[in-house]
Amino acid sequence: MSTTMNGTMEIVYEKPKTLTDNPTHYCPGCGHGVIHRVLMEVINEMGIAEQTVGVAPVGCSVFAYNYMNIDMQEAAHGRASAVATGVRRVLPDKFVFSYQGDGDLAAIGTGETIHTINRGENILMVFVNNGIYGMTGGQMAPTSLCGMITSTTPYGRDEHFIGHPLKITEMIAQLPGAYYVARHSVHTPAAVRKLKKAFKASFESQKEKKGTCFIEVVSNCPSGWKMNPLEANEWMEKNMFPYFPPGDIKLPATMK
Amino acid sequence: MISGTVIIATEICKGCELCIASCPQESLGLSTSINRKGYRYATLLRNNCTGCVNCALVCPDSAITVYREIKSTKRQSQSAQPTVATQTA
Ligand SMILES: Cc1ncc(C[n+]2csc(CCOP(=O)(O)OP(=O)(O)O)c2C)c(N)n1
Ligand code: SF4
Ligand code: SF4
Ligand code: SF4
Ligand SMILES: [Mg+2]
Repeated sequence: MSTTMNGTMEIVYEKPKTLTDNPTHYCPGCGHGVIHRVLMEVINEMGIAEQTVGVAPVGCSVFAYNYMNIDMQEAAHGRASAVATGVRRVLPDKFVFSYQGDGDLAAIGTGETIHTINRGENILMVFVNNGIYGMTGGQMAPTSLCGMITSTTPYGRDEHFIGHPLKITEMIAQLPGAYYVARHSVHTPAAVRKLKKAFKASFESQKEKKGTCFIEVVSNCPSGWKMNPLEANEWMEKNMFPYFPPGDIKLPATMK
Repeated sequence: MISGTVIIATEICKGCELCIASCPQESLGLSTSINRKGYRYATLLRNNCTGCVNCALVCPDSAITVYREIKSTKRQSQSAQPTVATQTA
């Protein structure tokens, strides 16, 4: 593509070449698409596309390997960080990340999540928290909010019966193997810029073999939440952020 | 004011409107026609885009390419003016 237009305009923003041209299967306005792009932009800008291996989950982002134009491996449900551990052990000099939803990372994969971080595996774990099982039709996730209506909690999540929403990010931050832990979002341009910095810092730290970087992205699920994308982002800010506040949770001294 | 423009991949767009809400210039809106997927797609309604890239940053489908006017010192010919037509809906 030419970088100028009529000789007086230049491109200041375009889709990174680390994303394929496949149209995504995501619902309109779904945060997964933005998170994919931000991650791939960082890899593109750091020039590490040929040295990076990603691990895709089971969940709506199961086809991430169709969109991310780098080496990818699919994992069984919940096991992305275990597979990423294998990749890391075999390929110690690559950049490695896993990408998982809340059902994948914090329900069926809780064991793998905790032990990967406890071992301080030198990987980036991307955790997309949309408070629901998007792929399978909007069932309650460990992170669904109290009172939240889902297809398996039609009267709202009752914490006395099913427990409180799981703050797995705060939990794993306690582990010595966790090097950098933060929570972000992608609902505004400013939030997107912050997430980009966090991904970049995470890959930079892999060069130094510092341990696990864990970035939660509080995201939306317009279809599962039964809202339009703008309403979903508004609902997320109003209801998800008080319980899952964006910000650094464990910031290494070198990043301060 | 800096002038810019956007090109939207109308067949990729899913009409989520997130770009429209993020535009400080209120330059964007939905088309009246639909694309092959059946969505009304985002389109430039006015010629006041500054090329701030906000819309592209929040687009989940990476459907937006943003252009900005080259600063006159960088321009080869001072006489060439940006003449980018507004896409009609
Ligand atoms: C072993 C196994 N158990 C259950 C499922 C069904 N299943 C597919 S995706 C999913 C949960 C997805 O939720 P999440 O990880 O939050 O991803 P999202 O779709 O919300 O992005 C479940 C339970 C499965 N595919 N495999
Ligand atoms: S079901 Fe939810 S998480 Fe899945 S693609 Fe649709 S909006 Fe995104
Ligand atoms: S680049 Fe900025 S001003 Fe132009 S359409 Fe996008 S958000 Fe609006
Ligand atoms: S954000 Fe992207 S997909 Fe959504 S309406 Fe705008 S151009 Fe279309
Ligand atoms: Mg989910």
